[in-house]
Amino acid sequence: MATQPALADDRSTTGPDAANWIDVAGLHKYYRPRKSEPTHALSDIDFQVRRGEFISVVGPSGCGKTTLLKILAGLIPKSEGEVSIAGHAVTKPLPEVGMVFQAATLLPWRTILENVMVPVEIQKLDRTTHRAKAMELIEMVGLLGFEDKYPYELSGGMQQRAGICRALVHDPAVLLMDEPFGALDAMTREYMNVELLRIWQEKAATIVLVTHSIPEAVFLSDRVIVMSPRPGRITEVIDIDLPRPRDLSVMNTDRAGVYVSRIRQHFNAASVID
Amino acid sequence: MTDTSTAAVAGSDRSAPASPPPVKQKQRGKWDLRERPELWMVPAVFVLVVALWEFGVKLFDVDAFVLPPPSAIAESLWNQLTNDLFWGHFWVTTQETLVGFAIGVTVALTLGTMISQVPILEKTLMPYIVAFQTVPKVALAPLFVVWFGFGLTSKIVMAAVISFFPILINVIEGLRSADADRVQMLTVFGASRSQIFRMVRLPTALPFIFAGLDIGIVFAILGAVVGEFIGAQEGLGYLLLQTNYNFDIAGMFAVLVVLSLMGMLAHLTIRFAQRKVAFWAEENRVIGA
Ligand SMILES: Nc1ncnc2c1ncn2[C@@H]1O[C@H](COP(=O)(O)OP(=O)(O)OP(=O)(O)O)[C@@H](O)[C@H]1O
Ligand SMILES: [Mg+2]
Repeated sequence: MATQPALADDRSTTGPDAANWIDVAGLHKYYRPRKSEPTHALSDIDFQVRRGEFISVVGPSGCGKTTLLKILAGLIPKSEGEVSIAGHAVTKPLPEVGMVFQAATLLPWRTILENVMVPVEIQKLDRTTHRAKAMELIEMVGLLGFEDKYPYELSGGMQQRAGICRALVHDPAVLLMDEPFGALDAMTREYMNVELLRIWQEKAATIVLVTHSIPEAVFLSDRVIVMSPRPGRITEVIDIDLPRPRDLSVMNTDRAGVYVSRIRQHFNAASVID
Repeated sequence: MTDTSTAAVAGSDRSAPASPPPVKQKQRGKWDLRERPELWMVPAVFVLVVALWEFGVKLFDVDAFVLPPPSAIAESLWNQLTNDLFWGHFWVTTQETLVGFAIGVTVALTLGTMISQVPILEKTLMPYIVAFQTVPKVALAPLFVVWFGFGLTSKIVMAAVISFFPILINVIEGLRSADADRVQMLTVFGASRSQIFRMVRLPTALPFIFAGLDIGIVFAILGAVVGEFIGAQEGLGYLLLQTNYNFDIAGMFAVLVVLSLMGMLAHLTIRFAQRKVAFWAEENRVIGA
């Protein structure tokens, strides 16, 4: 695609319709380090994400989940295949994509609020309205009162929550999340899951979540992509047909249990437990 | 903002931190001699050494031309400090140091930034910088006196050149040390090169730059004094030589004391600025990225 119009308008000609809002076809990724063997990190990845869909990716460590998200984010080049978001081939980061990283990567010289405001500053958005929004997010993740503290004054889990606020502050249409809740204790994690669902419904965002918690994937997602390692490929895509809106009690139903064990089987078969 | 009770779902850190009661132990701790034995041990060592020196010199009847007792040095120091002539020398050296340092810092910051941002400049210039770094800069002093005369200029140039290298190396190294994950994070949000520079590279480089400044300022004093050794009519280096010619060894020690204090003051000033500006880089504050 030669020119890249703003994401919001013009969905007619090349037609990213709601069904393939994110479109990945025949994607391969090789890492070619200079002095060692190339790694085939992703092999023939094919999937589409509907607009407004919540999709999770699970798979054992090293199967290429982070690699996949980084390609979607426009951070690293693909080796083969097509990747597009909203009809735009992803060759560089798109402004309407937000990302939560596996590590919080806060800037230690900025307060929590200043960290959350980073996207606003970069994209030169209106400060006053976004500041209010940042404070709302900070309150939502339970960091109210810490907004003027520096990252070194916060625990790892608290830093990670600040990273989540940062990814949400500019209302991205597409949210990529790389194990965002890995550093959180079980209770905070469940709370954050519920909040994430709320935000997702409120903003009608499209979310791709990488997680190593199978119940979390089942609870949150419309579909779960299961990956296998070396080279990373998709082994199954499972529709999660649980009623919405969901609350945590849905996880006690038999149906949810069936989904969880079905996904878990994949890992048992490969004798790798994530 | 809605009420905070909803936020109290899980985790004790959810609620706003009630400003904690001042920790008594910590307040006392800062000057508590039991907590920080160095507070009395440092002066104790000073007193001990001075006492041993004083009595040792008397005991073994050491010639004052070889090693004057501390009392003679103190007296000489007092005479100097109450003498306008001495302050004239002091200001000359101070000026040479500060102006030279300022020039060294400016050039090092500019050049270092350019080198770190323009790969071709780095590739072209780095071999020369490395080569020049191995030249003993002090050996250039006679040359500078030939080129720039016996006045302040040759000493300023000397101070600038000698303080320039450690700062330059640190600027380059610092600007290159930005954490790749942080750069990637900004990139996802669409940051431009200059935004990445301002938001990550520069702050990352600050602790490095301060380390360079710290070495640089002490080197600048050294440069000024060495310049004065080679050829000058004023300055503390000149005074040092004068006292030496006159066999005023106590006077020499007095000048050395003043030079040490200057270096110490400069070092502490830089450290203070560093604590204020690069506060996050202090011990215990490094976050696991
Ligand atoms: N920059 C890189 N250079 C070379 N190889 C890489 C690089 N990044 C990742 N890899 C390799 O690619 C494979 C996939 O890595 P990736 O980080 O995507 O895995 P992951 O699924 O996110 O794992 P985890 O669950 O542990 O985070 C691994 O074998 C890894 O060694
Ligand atoms: Mg990963």
